[in-house]
Amino acid sequence: MNAVNDRSRDIGPFIPAPDDEMLICRCEEITKGEIRKAVHDGMWTMTEIRRYLRTGMGLCQGQTCAKLVKGIVARELGISPAELEPATSRVPMRPIEMRIFANEAKEGEGV
Amino acid sequence: MKKNAEVVIVGGGIIGCATAYYLARQGVDVIVLEGSDHIGNGGSSRNGGGVRQSGRDVRELPLVMYGIKNLWPHLSDELEVDCEYHQDGNLRLGKNEKHAEILTKLANSAKSVGLDVRMIDGDEVRQINPYLSHEVTVASWCPTDGHANPLTTTLGYYKMARRLGVTFISGEAVKTLRTVKGKIRRVITDNNTYEGESVLVAAGLDSRDILTSVGIDIPMTNSLLEALVTEAEPHMFDQMLGTAEADFYGHQTKHGSFVFGGSSGLERYNKDNGTQATSSKTASCICRGIMKYFPDLAGAKIVRTWAGWMDASSDGVPSLGKVDEIPGLYVACAFNGHGFGIAPAAGEQLAKLIVTGITDVDLHELRYDRYKAKI
Repeated sequence: MNAVNDRSRDIGPFIPAPDDEMLICRCEEITKGEIRKAVHDGMWTMTEIRRYLRTGMGLCQGQTCAKLVKGIVARELGISPAELEPATSRVPMRPIEMRIFANEAKEGEGV
Repeated sequence: MKKNAEVVIVGGGIIGCATAYYLARQGVDVIVLEGSDHIGNGGSSRNGGGVRQSGRDVRELPLVMYGIKNLWPHLSDELEVDCEYHQDGNLRLGKNEKHAEILTKLANSAKSVGLDVRMIDGDEVRQINPYLSHEVTVASWCPTDGHANPLTTTLGYYKMARRLGVTFISGEAVKTLRTVKGKIRRVITDNNTYEGESVLVAAGLDSRDILTSVGIDIPMTNSLLEALVTEAEPHMFDQMLGTAEADFYGHQTKHGSFVFGGSSGLERYNKDNGTQATSSKTASCICRGIMKYFPDLAGAKIVRTWAGWMDASSDGVPSLGKVDEIPGLYVACAFNGHGFGIAPAAGEQLAKLIVTGITDVDLHELRYDRYKAKI
């Protein structure tokens, strides 16, 4: 996107909610309240949220919770989820054992 | 939107965020401009998390030793975030005579400035870390080294600086600087012009183009690094690891995952070397490297790989401090892929330099104008 984003814009105070204990990222056990608080700490992009809290960094790499996290962050910022870019998807698509991943070239066959 | 401040910092990486934090703590009014959409999006979030002294050039050793003694031990409390700092030593590994020579030379030069580092043999290596294979025959051991989490540390500095009133604006890539009456003054992006009494350029590799606009040139180039992370594994060890040839490094994180960085040797010649993208060859090569050192990890699953640019200077150490020709201008760049561990000290000392004009650590060896032709 690369749009000018002033992180001092007033988004109001953090107001505790009854469902703050709800688990959103199941792999890393991150709650809705933690995500909302992170927004108030200045984490305003999906990439920053992921790096700050580990949401979407577990086994499923965010394939389960990314949309939910995005909705929570957007609501907290008072913007549309469409304005938030997803965090970068990274290789490999599924977790791969090191001994398998190591075999990108078979010995004697060149590369 | 705020466009004037006492200090304008170009670059929202860990150096920019840390300097902003230490300035704001002294009541200085600061704007930080980050070119990408995300705070800490360059090397600050892509490095291997080393907080080490051993293996470093003696010119930058005093600064990192100062940080490890005075800043790292209480950083998590100070930033109200878990920096996951571990001070459990660094093993710099070797497999042959040539490696032993490199490591001994590095250890001797580090000892000359007072660092506790010594050479140990393969058996002693495996007493410290029993999972290392018998390929390792020699290592340097520095017990005061360690590792931390670059993501939470960088964003922790950002969070606290922002809380202290620092203005952060992302998506504002600085293109040029301008002087007014011989002093630094304007910081210009495609969208806006900002003004400051002092300007710190801490924009990694992009610092070169930005500084060129006021006639300062720091010889550095990009160098690709790649890293990967495994799923969480049972706890194995707490040391930071590196190698004599600096081609492989890593540690086990608090979360249980292993973060390892490495190279295939082909990075400079990747087809897509205009972007900081992973190649299909490097991660597999890193895996083969890991399994040679740690056969027990062959079954660990890789969940993610990434790449990043290092800002490599012609002599391997950063440019840090005040620019004499242009009053009010400061630089902090070319950290050569080992800027994370040194960042708290660099930020704290830069803040002191900007406010008082002096530093506790002598930064003379890291001057921006030290680069000379060889003959």
